[in-house]
This record gives sequence, C-alpha cells and structure tokens, in this order.
Amino acid sequence: MMWRFERYQANTAVVDEYGASLSYAELRHEGRMLCQQADGRCLVFCLCKNVMGSFVGYTSFVNGGVVPAMLSADMDPAQFAALYEAYKPKYIWAPAEFELEDSCCRYERFGYRLLQTPFGDATRLSPELALLLTTSGSTGSPKFVRQSHNNIRANTDSIVAYLALTERERPITTLPMNYTYGLSILNSHLDVGATILLTDKGVAQKEFWNFFREQGATSFGGVPYTYEMLDRMRFTRMDLPSLTTLTQAGGKLLPQLHQKYAEWCRDTGRKLIVMYGQCEATARMAYLPWEKSLEKIGSMGIAIPGGSFELIDAEGGLINEPNVTGELRYRGDNVTLGYATGAVDLMKGDERHGVLETGDMAQRDADGYYTIVGRKKRFLKMFGNRVNLDETERMLKAQFPASEVACGGHDDHLTLFSTDEGALPAMRAYLAEKTGLNQSGFFTRAVTEIPKNDAGKTLYVELEKYDD
Amino acid sequence: MTNQEKYVNAFVQALEVSAEEAPALVYGESRAWDSVGHMTLIAALEDAFDVMMEMDDIIDLSSFEKGKEILRKYDVEI
Repeated sequence: MMWRFERYQANTAVVDEYGASLSYAELRHEGRMLCQQADGRCLVFCLCKNVMGSFVGYTSFVNGGVVPAMLSADMDPAQFAALYEAYKPKYIWAPAEFELEDSCCRYERFGYRLLQTPFGDATRLSPELALLLTTSGSTGSPKFVRQSHNNIRANTDSIVAYLALTERERPITTLPMNYTYGLSILNSHLDVGATILLTDKGVAQKEFWNFFREQGATSFGGVPYTYEMLDRMRFTRMDLPSLTTLTQAGGKLLPQLHQKYAEWCRDTGRKLIVMYGQCEATARMAYLPWEKSLEKIGSMGIAIPGGSFELIDAEGGLINEPNVTGELRYRGDNVTLGYATGAVDLMKGDERHGVLETGDMAQRDADGYYTIVGRKKRFLKMFGNRVNLDETERMLKAQFPASEVACGGHDDHLTLFSTDEGALPAMRAYLAEKTGLNQSGFFTRAVTEIPKNDAGKTLYVELEKYDD
Repeated sequence: MTNQEKYVNAFVQALEVSAEEAPALVYGESRAWDSVGHMTLIAALEDAFDVMMEMDDIIDLSSFEKGKEILRKYDVEI
C-alpha cells in the first residue's frame, strides 16, 4: 500500500472545482470499491484529466496494487490505439463519454467508467511494478517508464522532507496527473494528509483563480512556460493572501524570471522553490532551497534527501573541480526500473540499480550547487513536455516521404527545416496535431539543403545557423 | 482595416483558424485555443488595438464574443 489514508480519516483529501469533496476515509472506501471491481492485480489504462474520477482512479489503483498507465484523456486516438495493442490492458478507466469497441462497463463512478477489454489477463506484471508513465506528452513509440512502489515511496519521502509538507497544505493543480511533476504533487501531499484542490482549468482562466481564492490555495507548481504566462499576466500584482509557496520544474526557468519571482517571494514572505527532475527518476532529483533562491539564480540546487549527483567527463572519469561541465549522473532509490516498449517488458525487473544517466550537461559551483548548461541528447522541452527531435524527424519522414526534413530549435521553439518549402505548413500542422502541443511553438524554415557530413549524418550545428 | 477586421484577424493569426471559424471560438474547446494559444491571442489583440489589458480581463476573455465586450473597456468598439 502506497498511502495510509486511515491516518487522516477526517481530513479532506480532495476538493474539486464543482464543489465535490472526499475525506481520506471516503477516498479509502472508494478505492476498495473500485479495486474490488478490478478484481486483483492487473494493468489499467487511466485516461487522465484533473477531475474527481481520474483522481480517485489513480489513488485507488496505486494503493490497491493495480498498475495504472497514466495517459492524457486528450491523447491522439492513433497513439492510444498503438499503446492499447502493444500493452493489452485488462481495463480502461476513462471518462464516461469514451467509447471502446468490444468492451463492457464493469463499474461507473464520478463520471468515469471501468471498461473491461477483451484481453483478460494477457499481460503479466513484474511484482515490483506500480505505475507506468510516458516520458512526455508526445510522440511516436509506445514507450513507458516503469516505476516501482519503492521508487514512488522513496521520492515521496524526499519531497515531503525538503518541502516540509504538512496537512495544512492546499496545493491547487496546474499540471496534468499523467505528467510526472503533476503526479508528484499529488503523491507527496496525500502522504501528509493535505487537501488537493483539483481543477482542470489553467492559470489563464478566470475559473481557476476563483477556485484558488474560494478554497485558499497555498501552493502551485509551474513549468517555465507557466511562469512566462503569469509574468505576461502581471501575476505579481494579484492579491492572493493564502499563497505561500511556488514550485518550478519541467525545464530551466529564464534567469530573469527566476530573479523576478525570487525577489517577489522575498518581498512578500513567500517561498520560491526551483527544482529539477525527470520521469526516469520517478519525479524529483534536485531542489534549490528557498533561502538560496536569490543567491543562486539559474541553479537547480542540490540533490534531494537520499539522492546524490556525480559529474562525468568525456573519458568517463569523475569531475571533482568546481565550474567544470560534465554529464550529470544521479543515484538514489527513486531511479526507476527502466523502460518498457511492449507488454513483455512489464515482466522485467530493475535494470538501472539506482543509477541514472540524466543526459543533461551540468556544472557544480564551489558551494556544491548544480546548474544545467545543456543536453547530451537531442530533445527539447515544449511547454514542459519532452519532445525528442530524432523522433519527430522520423515521424515527419514517415508521413512526408518525398520531402527532406530535419528538426532543431530550442525550448518552446521547435524549428522544422526542409528543402520542400511547399510541404512545411502541412508538416508543421501534422506535428502539432500528433504531439498535442499548440502550433505556436512550431516554426518552419525553408533551406536549400540539409547540411550533412560524409557519412550522411545531419550537421545540426550548421542547420541551426539558418534559424533565427 | 476596420476594427472588426482587425479583431477577426487577431484570432486568425494567433490561433490559426479561418475568419469563418473565429466567431464560434471558445477558450478550451479547440486545441488551438489552449493556454499557449490564449497568450498568443492576448498579445495579438494588444498589438492590434495598442492596449495593455489588466490581468482580470486577460483571464476573463474566454470567447470571441466576450473579447469584444472586454475591449470596449479600453475604448475599442468592434
């Protein structure tokens, strides 16, 4: 069992924007009812929204030993179909309007239905497996990160400790629960008996702020794009007396915004906590203690309690000197079991043994604080979601076989380079649709050729020179 | 360009929809008008009419029709 809800019986576990709420005792009861219907350990695809049905499904499955794969309820149907075929889940937990062929409804609660698929117990699960998450809101391959019960427990303990969470907290949701950062906020606060304020609305919507004020939210989390939006909305002028803590993860915050929010927090008696993590490390690996947020602008801080970092040079040796760039390696009990690319992988055990090569390039200063300076792998963060550029290129090549195309850019700005100028608008629309990301983050540039080396490999550094 | 044309044009440019689709748009009901699209739209409207909207108005602008009403506060008649 992940959480011991019986410790907080009378506390309110969750309040939604429509006024419904559940105590911890009720949440525990709902969990038993739902898991009884699921009838034992199995794989469930959970189609997530920040609504009561989705929330109760997640907490019930994880606590009841049922393994949920967390997917966005808005995901591309073709992508859902690919995952469904590859993993053959026994059930789908989905909004009532979701339709699935050859399924029957076993249970309905909070506007969600438990649909039994024709697969039965076809998919076998390793005893350690607790949860499956995708690495981003995006693309292509049916890949999951395999998280164990121990992973979630270890990361939850660390987060509760460094944020010093108590039952008085009232975090409001700003991130989806199929996204590791959003989920970590639920996990850690449920562990201390706090009250989750559940809304599917975003910070650009009036209903969000009305709910925020009515329910006295004490904290929220944001990806860099959230803070850019809040900045444009002149958020710091808002009167939000209940707010005590702002957390940030999901990519590197612009240093000037880091400074601005750190100063605002200092001046108004609040805490800004910049953090760093990956789905492969359950959620969190590092945090910048709020007392240091102004002193260490641009830094993501120090390893969480129970974790540690190493910096590795090009020859594979350890870097001991300060301010030298190396690849960041993390060790801790929250390092996940590994990936899955199909149902058979769900029987696999631990492949990482507590060590994660993050793929990020970082430096450590003389005080021991880490700063991310680049990435080893070719991916971008788009509005907090990881997008693998090699994968988007493969998708485009498959869909537009006659055109030459390459992907580049920087965070929140993905550029499509092609020699086929006429095809660029269609490519851009295709990628926005398939990734489910807003098209305003995708840019196009017509080029006379895609620069390549003698071996035929794209020279991305050359290509980026064409981008503004 | 009339104010009506400028207004429609801001939606067309920011959300990449056709001028015919624009009047029916509501925040959150199409993929184009999500939180990212919303900020692009606000910037386009502020540019088009040379205004700077208050936060309360930014978060209140939830449909094509509502936007007209809000811009009236900034002395923009559409």
